[in-house]
Amino acid sequence: MPIHVELVTQERKVFDEPEADMVLIPAVEGEMGVLPHHAPVLTTLGFGELVVRKGDREERFAIYGGVVDVRPDKVVVLADLAESSFAIDLERIDAARESARRMLEQGVPETENREAALALRRAELGLRIHRRLQNRGPVMRIIEDEEA
Amino acid sequence: MATAREIQKRIRSVKNIAQITRALEAVSASRVRRAQARVLASRAFAEKAWEILLNVQSAGKSGPVLHPLLEERAEVRNLMVVLITSDRGLAGAFNTNIIRVASRFADRMGKPVQFVTIGRKGRDSLVRAGRNVVAEFTGIPSEPSISDIAPATRLAIDSFLSGEVDDVFIAYTDFVNTLTQRPVVLGWLPLIPHTIDDQVVSEYVKDVPVVSNTVAIYEYEPSPEAILQEIVPRFTELQLYQALLESQASEHSARMVAMRNASENASQLVGDLTLEYNKARQAAITAEILDIVGGTEALQSSVDKAADIIEQAMLAR
Repeated sequence: MPIHVELVTQERKVFDEPEADMVLIPAVEGEMGVLPHHAPVLTTLGFGELVVRKGDREERFAIYGGVVDVRPDKVVVLADLAESSFAIDLERIDAARESARRMLEQGVPETENREAALALRRAELGLRIHRRLQNRGPVMRIIEDEEA
Repeated sequence: MATAREIQKRIRSVKNIAQITRALEAVSASRVRRAQARVLASRAFAEKAWEILLNVQSAGKSGPVLHPLLEERAEVRNLMVVLITSDRGLAGAFNTNIIRVASRFADRMGKPVQFVTIGRKGRDSLVRAGRNVVAEFTGIPSEPSISDIAPATRLAIDSFLSGEVDDVFIAYTDFVNTLTQRPVVLGWLPLIPHTIDDQVVSEYVKDVPVVSNTVAIYEYEPSPEAILQEIVPRFTELQLYQALLESQASEHSARMVAMRNASENASQLVGDLTLEYNKARQAAITAEILDIVGGTEALQSSVDKAADIIEQAMLAR
């Protein structure tokens, strides 16, 4: 039995694969591998990479917090922000990292400070994922036509 | 009666107006489609989040309330109404309707109401009516993102949590289809289905979608509270966001219909004016002919008179 995987953010549905074989979820308490017939779990997401496998193909997304609903035949990921790992733009990440670091150094109000720290963490995760992906060489993807 | 030239001038200006209304209609039509697509796109998250929320809530029903935004106040003293309108007019009765519903709702509830307005039209008319507008947001882009309404959400949550208000509602226009938009009031905070006794008011109140809750036995990691901590603020934010998107879809389709009516009226007016113009032209021509005929006749009679005089003079000789 395959797993139906949905990845949605507040603004749109990012990914929908009705017949995946396995999902790796960056849960807040560590990476969680989900196969079909998993017991129902509700858990919060940390920062990390969501991987969906289908046969010898896979799809990867950078995830920055959220909630996931795991059921025996369905996984629904409610993410705050999600972007395809293959679409990570290094230049944009560098820029984000730079501006976040500057904000932290300058000592802005507390609320903005938290946001800057978050942005920095996001940028660093993006960078890590991007590097790892490049070291692994080519990947067979589930989504064939890339919109980017 | 106006002269032919004056009528011609009016015809030209009406035709120009029709061109503008037709262009606006086309613009609105494409915006309706995009706004609708965004409404649909954000629905997936909302439905799922609501399902999870109810699930966690029902699992912890016996115990204490797990999140302050889910807690119903025993005594409701002050209300807040977030009114969503458009920045621009020319959308038929779109703004008037929702403002009227929000005002009537506030009056019927019989409690002090703080208004927060999103959109210029709502702000202007509430301020004019002397209502208590505590905050206003304008200039929401036509393709808004969640962060565009974050300040409004923040304000509502803060007011609710500090106890300044005990119930928060969103008044917006629900998009049913291109021809029908329904002004509604949605119970927002606390995030639980609201029950309202007043018959008149309850007509405006939008029903919360019922979710089938089949899988009940979940494990929660790390805890139900932590999950609510994640879900509740997102869902709160999303409800306002969706209301805004619905309102925008309604605005554009209301404008589209209004502009179509205007274009039709304009072409009818052009028809009427053309008829009038032709009549005026005809009348002018007739008048001219009569002038000429009268002139020649007058001329003829004076020639005749001259001939008579000459004839008599000849006879007398």
